[in-house]
This record gives sequence, structure tokens and C-alpha cells, in this order.
Amino acid sequence: MTSPLEQKKIKIAGPSIVTANRTWDGIVVYRTAAKGWSAELSEAAIVRNSDEARALLAEAVADDVGAIGPYIAPVQVGEDGKILPGNLREQIRRTGVTIGQPAQV
Amino acid sequence: MYAYDEIDRTLVNERVSEFRDQVKRRLSGELTEDEFKILRLQNGVYLQLHAYMFRVAIPYGTLATNQLRALAHVARKYDRGYGHFTTRQNIQFNWIKLAELPDAVEDLAKVGIHAMQTSGNNMRNVTSDQWAGVAPGEIEDPRIWSELIRQHTTLHPEFSFLPRKFKIAITASDHDRAAIKIHDIGLRLIKNEKGETGFEVLVGGGLGRTPFIAKTIKHFVHGRDILSYIEAILRVYNQYGRRDNIYKARIKILVHELGIEKFSREVEDEWQHIRNSSLQIDDEVIEDIRSRFTYPAYEKLPHMPDELRQAAADPDFEAWRKNSVAPHKVQGYSIVTISLKPTGGPPGDATAEQMDALADLADRYSFGEIRVGHEQNLALPHVAKRDLPALWKALDKLGLATPNVNLITDIIACPGLDYCSLANARSIPIAQELTRRFANHELANLIGRLHINISGCINACGHHHVGHIGILGVEKNGEEVYQITIGGRADENAALGTLIGPGVKFDEVADVVEDIVEAYLALRERPEELFMDTVKRLGVEPFKERVYATR
Ligand code: HEM
Ligand code: SF4
Repeated sequence: MTSPLEQKKIKIAGPSIVTANRTWDGIVVYRTAAKGWSAELSEAAIVRNSDEARALLAEAVADDVGAIGPYIAPVQVGEDGKILPGNLREQIRRTGVTIGQPAQV
Repeated sequence: MYAYDEIDRTLVNERVSEFRDQVKRRLSGELTEDEFKILRLQNGVYLQLHAYMFRVAIPYGTLATNQLRALAHVARKYDRGYGHFTTRQNIQFNWIKLAELPDAVEDLAKVGIHAMQTSGNNMRNVTSDQWAGVAPGEIEDPRIWSELIRQHTTLHPEFSFLPRKFKIAITASDHDRAAIKIHDIGLRLIKNEKGETGFEVLVGGGLGRTPFIAKTIKHFVHGRDILSYIEAILRVYNQYGRRDNIYKARIKILVHELGIEKFSREVEDEWQHIRNSSLQIDDEVIEDIRSRFTYPAYEKLPHMPDELRQAAADPDFEAWRKNSVAPHKVQGYSIVTISLKPTGGPPGDATAEQMDALADLADRYSFGEIRVGHEQNLALPHVAKRDLPALWKALDKLGLATPNVNLITDIIACPGLDYCSLANARSIPIAQELTRRFANHELANLIGRLHINISGCINACGHHHVGHIGILGVEKNGEEVYQITIGGRADENAALGTLIGPGVKFDEVADVVEDIVEAYLALRERPEELFMDTVKRLGVEPFKERVYATR
């Protein structure tokens, strides 16, 4: 597999974050400004241009023990600074399946 | 039931400790994800959106009750209390933690269950008819041959590094419940004029980005030659298979590009070299495998027991019996299909409680055996007819007696964007909405046999191409859009569906399906004319008109 850094030119259209799955349990995590991972989107580091995005991704890729499959994903940032997922996929990754799980019904 | 031999047990146990070590080295950072990925895939471990997913094989769809209980245990202890039965006689756990996986793998190995051949570019688990060994009129139990092929191809070097994954399915009945025409190799057990057992061999079926229905490559291959014949196919494939382009590397593409005549000539040449080799199967080998499949000591029972006669007064029981109970090869017994498609539920999911309870019921009523079919339902293969009323009551309490087998709400759906990292759109909520729309069983029965298949991307895990109504989720400008096809089918007359027009939005899919169904009800010549026959007779136009006239 080629590293996500080489896959294509990194270009972002708006505020973005880096997300991945935590290695030991697979849960969704977000790269933080403190060079760690958090399960909370609100703690994600926001990048606003391609250089920042590349740097954040490079740092995330280097932490392969922490989380796997990092990639850049779009977010929306409200006026109050609240971070929201930028698309349905990321929405579902953040809030879970949209279908109700059988064991909870 | 099938009893594994010592070699298999040793292999499975070795895999457990090997995998434990690999996971440990991964968690410590000694192995990178790049290095580990191929190892985890060999053990059925994928990464989905929210977590790792663990895929476990149920060879030819046969489970013993202790195995089902072990699956329930894994669901409860390591997952979120449920599992998902797939179209390839596998079960998937959606929330498993990598750190706990070795324990789960070990717990399953104790009952002879493993995840080998559930992923990677190798020979996948050989699937078969879920009614194998009990269907009336069957040539022979196809699982004997599935097992022979499984043994031969498991970890066989030539089959472990194929250009792409490779799937085989076997049927032994006139009615194909194993969907052999959409597999890389499809085998139909038949007898020739001399009464010898052999196979019609089909090749090059598959769905995904470029769907093909398999073509017959040879009308009769003697049973003793089947391994050499498969090997010849694989050699030709390995020789030509396009490893440079992942989308083109399936055998279906090769067969299409070479043409079936040229492909079969090449296979024939190759086969002549190897057919008299050690690959020729001794009768003893087959007999040995045959002897490992044991059948229950059936009793001599009446065709129409009193219990059944009395229960017939209950319309709910009758509705279920007519829908979910099929004839058995032995008088006085039935095959009971267990619908995992409750109204509003995700297709194919079963909770740990349901699995445990079902294991108890199988012990009491089905000689301890459960089957898993490609329609994402389960079956109890040996139920005495006198026990049907009691079984029904128990299943109904568990939410496992929805009388919708083969009806419009018996939907096959892939995990889609709720779970799958490759998805473009959601599948399961579409299925859930459709099961609510058509929840009225009288309406569903009026409509008759109608299969809806839903996939969340072009990989076609939900077999949408061969759904009578097929629904494919795509993404357009950040929105979920669904393309609808009609007229596909997966059985012995397999065909690919035809697109009816432009894609529709998430909220519109159920309305469109309702329109298609209403059009069908208005257009059919008589109630017995099934949806797919009406489509065949009239083409897609009238349906298209109906759907798009108001949109
Ligand atoms: C979320 C995890 C899954 C992933 C990542 C996944 C991935 C894929 C991919 C990439 C293909 C296309 C392979 C090709 O054309 O060469 C495929 C095909 C297939 N998948 Fe899945 N799949 C998943 C879940 C499932 C489930 C849950 C089922 C059963 C309900 C399933 C059944 C199938 C089948 C039957 C095919 C073969 C279609 C064909 O004939 O080409 N998959 N899968
Ligand atoms: S069809 Fe696509 S979305 Fe559905 S499970 Fe397969 S890969 Fe995932």
C-alpha cells in the first residue's frame, strides 16, 4: 500500500481534520493539536490549508501504533467554534449507525 | 453434521497461537499496519467505519448447536450482543476490538470454527445449498464435494495467491439455492446417462463493477475428475489473470475477454495433462468424507400428524407454515426456514439471545443442526412435522417467525454506509423502511415471490444486479442516490437486471418500489404470474413510465 501522503496531491476545500481508527479497539478517533488522538470531534485539530493538512496527516501516519488508516475529512465549524462532520459518512462515523442495533431494540 | 479430522483441528489451533502472536506484535508496534494488514485479512479481520469487523466462516452453511452457542458467546462477550449473517455463509461481528480478537478466535476454535478463507485473494469458503442433504430430489449431498474442494484448496499454495479472491458454489437440486451462476466457478451435481455422478461446470460468474452470469464450460465432468478440472481452470486463470488491474483480475473478465470457447479449449488442454495425475479422486477419499457427514436417526412418522391437523385451525400458524416450511426428503419431516427479516429490523442480524435460544430449539427439534443460507436467513433442517406447532410458538416468542420467506420483505442488503468503509450510501435503512411499507403479510402474499437486493456500492455485496428489484446506492454531489434495476434473478435462470431510469433520492426509494409493485399488480395477467415473469413479458418500459410519470 502506498502511504496516504503519496496517494495524491493534498488539496482541501475548507476546514478539515484528520481522522482514523484507534489501533487496539478500532474506534473512531481524531488527531488533536497535542499530537495525540481523541474520540471527541470537538478536540480535533482543524486545518485550513493544504500545507497544514499535509503536516497533520504526516504526523498522524507516523503514529501507526496509535491509529490506523488516517485520512483528511471535511468539517464545518460553526460561529461558536463547534465542529460538525462535513459529510454523511463522517456523520455516521461520529454518531454511529443510523439503524438501531438489534441488541438494543 | 460434519466431524473435522485431526489435521483440521491442528491447523485451526496453530492459527490461533500464530494470530495471538501477530496481534501482540502489532499492538506493541513491532508490526506496522501495512505489515499486519495481510495477516489480519487472512484471519477474517477487516476495518469498517466504526471498528474492526470479524468474518467467520460457516462452511457450506452447516452449524452444530455448540457452534451457534459459541457464536452467541462471541457476540455477547466481545461484541455488542449480535452478529450479522451474510450472503456467503459467513457471520460478521461488527464491533470487535483487536486486542480481544485472539481470545474470540480461540473460543471459536474450541468448537472447530475459524475465519480462514473468508478474505484475501485466495479460495474463499465453498458455499452450498442450505438444504443440502435434506432437500427432496437432490442428486447427492453437495457438501461432500464442497468439503473435498475445501480440503484440497485450503492453504494450497496454488490457491493462496490468486490474482483475486475466488469463490465456488455447489448445488445438487434443480432449483438452485446456492446462486452458482454468480460465482467464479459454479458446480451443479448431476448424473449422466450411465448413472454416474458428476458435475456441470460453470465459470466466470460474478457481480461487482462488471457483472457476468456464469457460462457452462463443460456439461459433464465425472466426480473423480473434479479436482483436476478445477485445477486446470485455476492454472489457466493464474497464467492469464490480470494482476496489474484489480478491477479486471477476476476470472469473469478473463472468460469474457478470451471468450468461453477459447477459455474452455485452454482448460481442456491443461486438463489432459493433469487429469490422470494424483488429483484423480479415489472412491475411498470420497467415502471417507461421506462417512464424516452423519444424518439423524429419523423416525418413521406419519405424513399428517394430529398435532399439525389441530394447529391448522390457527391462521397465524398456517400463514407461517405455508410460508416457511418446506418438504423434506424423509416423510414426516420438514425443513423450516427462520426469517432473520423482522419488520423494521436489519436483514440478517441475530442477537446472542436469539442464537442461544435457537440452539436450544435445534437441540430439541432439529437433531442439533442449524443451516445458514445465502439469503441471510437460517434454517432448521430436520424438524418432525408433529413438532411444527410447538416450534412455531417458540420462534414467534423470539421474533423469529416472520412469515415472509421469499416475499418482498425478505430483503438481502449489504451493511452499506452504516458500517462499511467502502460504501457510498446506506442500504440497511432502505431495507428497514421497505419492510415497514410491506409489513402486511396479506399484501406481501398477494404480491408473491419477489426478491429485493440492496448494495451500498458497486462491489455488489447485496447482489443488487440479480435482485428482481435491485437497488444500488451511489453518491452524487455528496448525496445518497439510488439506481433501481428490475428483472434480475439469481436462480437457475440467472439474469442481470435492467436499469429503469435516473437514480432517486434516499427518501424516494420506498415510494418507487411501491410504484413498481403497483404497476406489477395492475399489469400481471393472473395472480400466479410472478413479478419477474411480468417484467420478462413486458420489459421495463411500463414500469419506467409508472415510476417517472409523476417524478
Ligand atoms: C463491510 C465489510 C465488507 C467489505 C469491506 C466488503 C468488500 C467487498 C469487495 C471489495 C467486493 C468486491 C470484490 C470484487 O468484485 O472483486 C465484495 C464482493 C462481495 N461481497 Fe463484500 N464486503 C463487505 C461485506 C459483505 C457482506 C456483509 C456481505 C454479505 C451480506 C458480502 C458479500 C459479498 C459478496 C457475495 C460479494 C461478491 C459479489 C461478486 O460476485 O462479485 N460482503 N465485497
Ligand atoms: S456493497 Fe459496497 S457498501 Fe455494501 S458491503 Fe459491499 S463494499 Fe460495502
